[in-house]
Amino acid sequence: MSMTETPVDNGVNVEALLGAREAMSQVPEAAAFVWKATSTWVNGAHSRTSFETFFGAGDEQSHTRRFEIDTDHPPVFAADDNGITPVETVLAGLAGCLSAGVASVAQNRGIQLRRVDATLEGDMDLQGILGIDPEVRNGYSGIRVRFDIDADASDDEVRAVVAQSQKRSAVYDIIANPTAIVVEVA
Amino acid sequence: MTTSIPVAIIGAGQAGLAMSRCLTDRSIDHVLLERGEVAHSWRTERWDSLRLLTPNWMTRLPGHRYEGTDPNGFMPGEEVVNLLTGYGQSFAAPVHTNTTVESIHVRGDHHVITTDAGVYRARAVVIATGAASTPRIPALAAELPAHVHQIAPIHYRNPDQLDDGPVLVVGASASGAQLADELRRSGRDVMLAVGDHTRLPRTYRGMDIHWWMDTIGVLSERHDEVPDIARARRLPSLQLVGSPERRDLDLNALAAAGVELVGRFAGVSGSTAMFSGSLANLCASADLKLGRLLDRIDDVAAEHGLDAKHAPGDRPAPTHHPAPITTRDLRSISTVVWATGFRPTYPWLEPHLLDRKGAIRHTGGVMTEPGMYVLGLPFQQHRASSFIDGVGRDATELAAHLTSWLDAVSAPRTTTANPSTHQRAA
Repeated sequence: MSMTETPVDNGVNVEALLGAREAMSQVPEAAAFVWKATSTWVNGAHSRTSFETFFGAGDEQSHTRRFEIDTDHPPVFAADDNGITPVETVLAGLAGCLSAGVASVAQNRGIQLRRVDATLEGDMDLQGILGIDPEVRNGYSGIRVRFDIDADASDDEVRAVVAQSQKRSAVYDIIANPTAIVVEVA
Repeated sequence: MTTSIPVAIIGAGQAGLAMSRCLTDRSIDHVLLERGEVAHSWRTERWDSLRLLTPNWMTRLPGHRYEGTDPNGFMPGEEVVNLLTGYGQSFAAPVHTNTTVESIHVRGDHHVITTDAGVYRARAVVIATGAASTPRIPALAAELPAHVHQIAPIHYRNPDQLDDGPVLVVGASASGAQLADELRRSGRDVMLAVGDHTRLPRTYRGMDIHWWMDTIGVLSERHDEVPDIARARRLPSLQLVGSPERRDLDLNALAAAGVELVGRFAGVSGSTAMFSGSLANLCASADLKLGRLLDRIDDVAAEHGLDAKHAPGDRPAPTHHPAPITTRDLRSISTVVWATGFRPTYPWLEPHLLDRKGAIRHTGGVMTEPGMYVLGLPFQQHRASSFIDGVGRDATELAAHLTSWLDAVSAPRTTTANPSTHQRAA
């Protein structure tokens, strides 16, 4: 725990988060969230997915505005590159989730952050999705995240913040552990 | 037959006996209702090779301290049975054996305890049934192929019980680490699925790690002093073994013995077991946490001039883990050992006394129903609450609370003079 002259401000409202935690431990139903996306195919590998509402805290909720992500494939796959590939959105999700976690955990521990950069690499053998070798999985065989963090804390304190952010990360869990998926046709 | 008594203690293990001693010292009439015999779970639910995780000198109970010849050794199970049996006999603990509690209800100003050997009416009740009675088996156990033999540590005795095939041990706390080690030494192929775990070296700077934890005050940290008590109470048991050679039993030691380390057992798909990709982080977390503990030890040692007597030592090497596999064909596994901890089970308590996870609602052992207490749960009042060496402190505290409560409700008390009243164990 580092002591600083000025209050630590990583832009995280820890009091609100701890308040939500307390409230949801009393009323577990409020902790049940449903995240929603709708997508429409544009052409070729290009799709556009939009995000506007979700359910949580016992009610329908909205983002402050509608967000969209275009996904496509790059020219090396003979596509138009109208957006990142779907598998790259997974890296975006992981980076965003871990970094948010780093900021929150650091704030809670009184650690001022000045810079949090992450570099992510995901290994994928395309022999899987191309059906060349059934022994090869479609998805990432491994993901590496390298954080470069400047903070008012010792190296071990920073490492502990990063470790804790992984323990509490939704996207980390989604990637590391199996999830049941149901796909239907309307 | 109905017996009226000021206090009924449920369970005659370390916690029940410690409370019995405290009440005896206060001349408060009571009984211990025990489903089997004293130290029942140590007699019937522990594997053959198990020794206490704490050294012999660390078996202090109210009015008792270790006086044997091997204070730094680790007691085997049968000696623990002898210890607790002798302790109960030393103050004639009023144990009603082979008495299984079926229900406890509040009736006016009494608690009515129905057992298979009669009914008891008590002003106060102390629940001391222990933290380790019902294994917590994950739901995915039901998805394992039929050929896989499944067993929990309370039913495991020794390797001869299992066939010779490969074993998957799930959970890397003291139980999982010890059973993985024992089964590997028996010649079997062993995988260990590792979730959250607490790594500790057996000794540090020449002294047992528990000596250090006792000395620097970690073990006496109170429930209202830690930032997240719910999390502290959930922590798995320490990755330790009590052995004559005082060896370490961390993941490095297990890997060196040939145990294959994999991530948390996360799912079953057909005949494939899936293991979490989180192993690297859990190992890093455990190493960092261990580092913080050893830093605290070093700080206290320096402050108190212990550096000369207990020279600073090497830190344990970081945990090595290979890029772990994330799947394994279960057709190659003969046995799964669920070393996944215990869950609370109190079917004989009124539901309003329990939280939504079935655990007893209490603050420092004082339950929500006046006159009801619980004793011996992990980190109940302080970090060593579930240790033989720690339960006495909680019992002493709760006995004082219980006495005040009995006084307040004017419960009948015997008045036998007892010079040891209020005497506290050293």
